[in-house]
Amino acid sequence: MSAGVRADGLAAGYGGRQVLRDVSFELEHGRTLCVLGPNGGGKTTLFKTLVGELPPLRGTVEVDGRPAYVAQTERTRLDFPVGALDVALMGSLPHGRWWLPPRAADRRAAEDALERVGLSRKAGARFGELSGGQRQRVLLARALVQDARVLLLDEPLAGVDPASAERIAALFGELREEGRSLLVSTHDVESARRFDLVVCLNRRQLAFGPPREVLDRATLEATYGREMIILEDGGPARAVTVQHHEH
Amino acid sequence: MELAAEFLLDPLRSGIGRRALLEVTLLGAVCGPLAFWIVSERLSYAAESLAHGLLPGLVVAALAGLPLLLGAGGGVLVGAALIAAAGRDERVGPETATGVVVTGMLGLGALLALAPETPQRLEELLFGDPLGVSDADLVAALVLAVAGAATLAGLHRPLSVVALDPSGAAALGVRLTLVRLALLGLLAVAVAVAVQGLGNLLVLAVLLAPAVAVRRHASTVRGSMLAAGALAVAGGVAGIYASFQLGSAAGASVALALSVAALGGAWLPTKRR
Repeated sequence: MSAGVRADGLAAGYGGRQVLRDVSFELEHGRTLCVLGPNGGGKTTLFKTLVGELPPLRGTVEVDGRPAYVAQTERTRLDFPVGALDVALMGSLPHGRWWLPPRAADRRAAEDALERVGLSRKAGARFGELSGGQRQRVLLARALVQDARVLLLDEPLAGVDPASAERIAALFGELREEGRSLLVSTHDVESARRFDLVVCLNRRQLAFGPPREVLDRATLEATYGREMIILEDGGPARAVTVQHHEH
Repeated sequence: MELAAEFLLDPLRSGIGRRALLEVTLLGAVCGPLAFWIVSERLSYAAESLAHGLLPGLVVAALAGLPLLLGAGGGVLVGAALIAAAGRDERVGPETATGVVVTGMLGLGALLALAPETPQRLEELLFGDPLGVSDADLVAALVLAVAGAATLAGLHRPLSVVALDPSGAAALGVRLTLVRLALLGLLAVAVAVAVQGLGNLLVLAVLLAPAVAVRRHASTVRGSMLAAGALAVAGGVAGIYASFQLGSAAGASVALALSVAALGGAWLPTKRR
């Protein structure tokens, strides 16, 4: 497959109830895509459909191989007693033999992945006792162990400390260089400018293309509605979004 | 000294005591680790529903002179099917549907058991009697212990993924529903086997309390499972000894010992931080 991800006329939702429609985009290998939109706009629904957890209600999706998915760390259960290395090791599950303990090679891959995210010294630390940014990096390490061609990351920079954010951004660059496709969801308009492509979602696809073409005032207003304040300072449209966190 | 030896040896002198101790040891060894997963996967309510919902099956088996295990198995299947069917109605919702079905099943079981032509066995079915276990019950407990350990070992990694990060499970090739169904299946078998010793109402003690007791104190999954197993065995043995010394009902004594352990574990300060 030449593209990493391709969606065509996709409609998605839960139990037959449609929450997202008209999604059509293509992402080549070695490119990054920002999935931009407000909470409840359909970002997570799109990812669940790409992972195969939700069947498309209409249209088609194609993904090159089984994608790795990094959920928001606040969705993980912090009281479950596992260490950082154990979590990274979970990335070897799709490689088969899930009923057996991990092999030595899996263990090495997990250690290497933790080193890559700068957490080799925290390998034995309990996952729930790490900071939000460190937990995000451990989940990224799990995705690295999975060695997927396509990575889906759900708000990876939300609530992350600056050191972790820097480390994660650098890693995105490396993964892109390796020819992997990255889909990163965010509600932060400014960070969207750093991606190759942007897709704007608010219950349907409003725009798709390079950030300089897509991120204009009309599109942002359509995407965010009243949740956005446009900053007028003469340059390109700048926006600050007002987020209501859902739990 | 002599008194202590007397205390320890007393239940071991009778075949009834030895059998009861063996039964609670086997059940505790498998139900303790199972309890850790039930609590970690947030399935406590399902566990309770399953245990209580199979009462009519037990009563029918007792009436027909069939093995209780068979009745429990049938009861679980009927209960699960009814819960699934009732929960499908969105106006009712799964939790309410479960509550209604389980109460209905429990009522039906009691109705059957209290009918004039039914032999006097309701008390045994509800509260169990570890002092009355047969050789067949012990064999069933042994098979459960071996099969349960193998199942939990085989499911260890998928269970961990689902317990930590249910939303990320699908991308790792782990089918959330299948893993939970497998765990509930093992739970159903465990309830069916343990019900003879601990009864339909008290069996929950060994399937939840050990996990609550160790939850805040163990720092690894393996440690939690081992500690929960050890605690379940210790609680069971303590209950049997209490029953011998105090003349209290054995099943209830075991359930109480386990509940006290859970209370202690939840109340004791943790070592860490």
